[in-house]
Amino acid sequence: MGKIVLQGVEKHFGDVKVISNVDLTVEDGAFVVFVGPSGCGKSTLLRLIAGLEDVTGGRILIDGVDVTDLPPMKRGLSMVFQSYALYPHMSVRGNIGFGLKMAGLPKDEIARKVEAAAATLNLTQYLDRKPRQLSGGQRQRVAIGRAIVREPKGFLFDEPLSNLDAALRVNMRIEIARLQKALATTAIYVTHDQVEAMTMADKIVVLNAGRVEQVGSPLELYDRPDNLFVAGFIGSPKMNLVGGRIAEGYGAATVGIRPEHLLVGREGDGWRGTISVAEHLGSDTFLYVDVKDVGLVTVRTQGEAGLRTGDSVVLRPDPARLHRFDRDGRAIRAA
Amino acid sequence: MARAISPQKKWTFTILAWIVALILFFPILWTILTAFKTEGDAILFPPAFLPPHWTLENFFEVQARSDYFRHFFNSVVISVGSTLIGLLVAVPAAWSMAFAPTKRTKDILMWMLSTKMMPAVGVLVPIYLIFKNLGLLDSLAGLTGILMLINLPIMVWMLYTYFREIPVDILEASRMDGAVLWKEIVYVLLPMAIPGIASTLLLNIILAWNEAFWTLNLSAANAAPLTAFIASYSSPEGLFWAKLSAASTLAIAPILVIGWFSQKQLVRGMTFGAVK
Repeated sequence: MGKIVLQGVEKHFGDVKVISNVDLTVEDGAFVVFVGPSGCGKSTLLRLIAGLEDVTGGRILIDGVDVTDLPPMKRGLSMVFQSYALYPHMSVRGNIGFGLKMAGLPKDEIARKVEAAAATLNLTQYLDRKPRQLSGGQRQRVAIGRAIVREPKGFLFDEPLSNLDAALRVNMRIEIARLQKALATTAIYVTHDQVEAMTMADKIVVLNAGRVEQVGSPLELYDRPDNLFVAGFIGSPKMNLVGGRIAEGYGAATVGIRPEHLLVGREGDGWRGTISVAEHLGSDTFLYVDVKDVGLVTVRTQGEAGLRTGDSVVLRPDPARLHRFDRDGRAIRAA
Repeated sequence: MARAISPQKKWTFTILAWIVALILFFPILWTILTAFKTEGDAILFPPAFLPPHWTLENFFEVQARSDYFRHFFNSVVISVGSTLIGLLVAVPAAWSMAFAPTKRTKDILMWMLSTKMMPAVGVLVPIYLIFKNLGLLDSLAGLTGILMLINLPIMVWMLYTYFREIPVDILEASRMDGAVLWKEIVYVLLPMAIPGIASTLLLNIILAWNEAFWTLNLSAANAAPLTAFIASYSSPEGLFWAKLSAASTLAIAPILVIGWFSQKQLVRGMTFGAVK
């Protein structure tokens, strides 16, 4: 069990509105990722759900119970911090078992649960070490162990992988996703890394300046962004956004086309330009094409396209994959 | 790269440091040496550095005349008692200022410190009258209380500074783990702050042990600590340098020993490894 509902949640720090009027439902067992640029309020929103910050307005419900005014310990959630936040004076065993000790469980039951959690996370041989004797990845696993051992209603992850190096990050990403599915426990995961968001989430919540821009599955956001912000934020390399006369031609203020939805040719109709940089990644080639009246357009082609810097090309957007936006940046959908 | 220092410079600094240290330590050394002299040798002119006739007579006489151990006991009660009670008040105060600051926190800290800028004698009369009316004059409870109060700002400041070094994430993690406030403080904050608490404790015991103004003014016979014991040798009958020195040596010896043995433990930090 662990359905989390936010109703009109607001948070102000003095005169600054950090979170404004957020409505959100996180279904039981779902893996939801909050993503957005730094300062968008995603970590604050997580801390509001955790109870580490008080809301200025609105309600938070967990399994139908209003927890808005309850302290963190009574919400039944556990959290993994960016800094791991392990207790430096306790062994790994003490760290993982601390929550159970606070709950007043008998010693033998704590020992049994701690060993089971440690086994799940391959930490058994480190149980008697102190956090300072562990590597970054091991510390992160201890922090996760501390979160799962209490069998909470939901996990809250606050950028848990951003202190790890790139290779470890990919491994941990997979490990966390697998663990969450195995435990079937609701998880809310905050990150600024959209690759993490796309790969891990059942549902992504895109935040910007304290507001929810769009909620949806990774592919929904990718294929049908509601507005310019989501269009520009989700996807790497970024969607090409073009205004001016070209957009007017499509009856929009701005049109967007993803780099892989541009066809590259040498001749014919389309956007004529010169390749200013070609990045050969082996599997893909990224072309940065300087198009007159448009600017730099990113194109992604599969494999080696045989195109070189300085080549003159014609780009043709796939009309079915073109995104149109009105003057306010909202998507124009075909009726 | 470390700054290069020539051997000559290094020697100069070493010698200078020794000279400064010896100048600072000299009055204590002189007191200790004088304690082993006869009254006659103590007032020799020109003075003799080492006692011409080593004697322990002063120590026996001081103990016989004014019961060193009773004063010692009072000093222990007052200094340790005021420090422990002070910690009970200062730890929660410093916790709230370090981890739940408000707009006024800085002002409160400054205001607390400002009480230490006022000369103590300025509040002697009111405090004396309060003590008299409450029947606290010449009582261990009264002296423990007043020393706790006058040292409290320093304790809060020191603990506040140490607590600020502790990452708030770790305390928040304990809250998520279900720790209520007192458990958060006892199981998580205090163990991490042990070096800071130990140095606060030690410094305050020393301050309270050496405090003379309030202890002399508010005590007579019953609750008099070692400061009053020393002072009793510089009064109506005239100065007895050797006995005064013996009394002083006995009074500072315990605190010197404690300071000597605890200097190492106070420096080590414990938070390493908690937060990357």
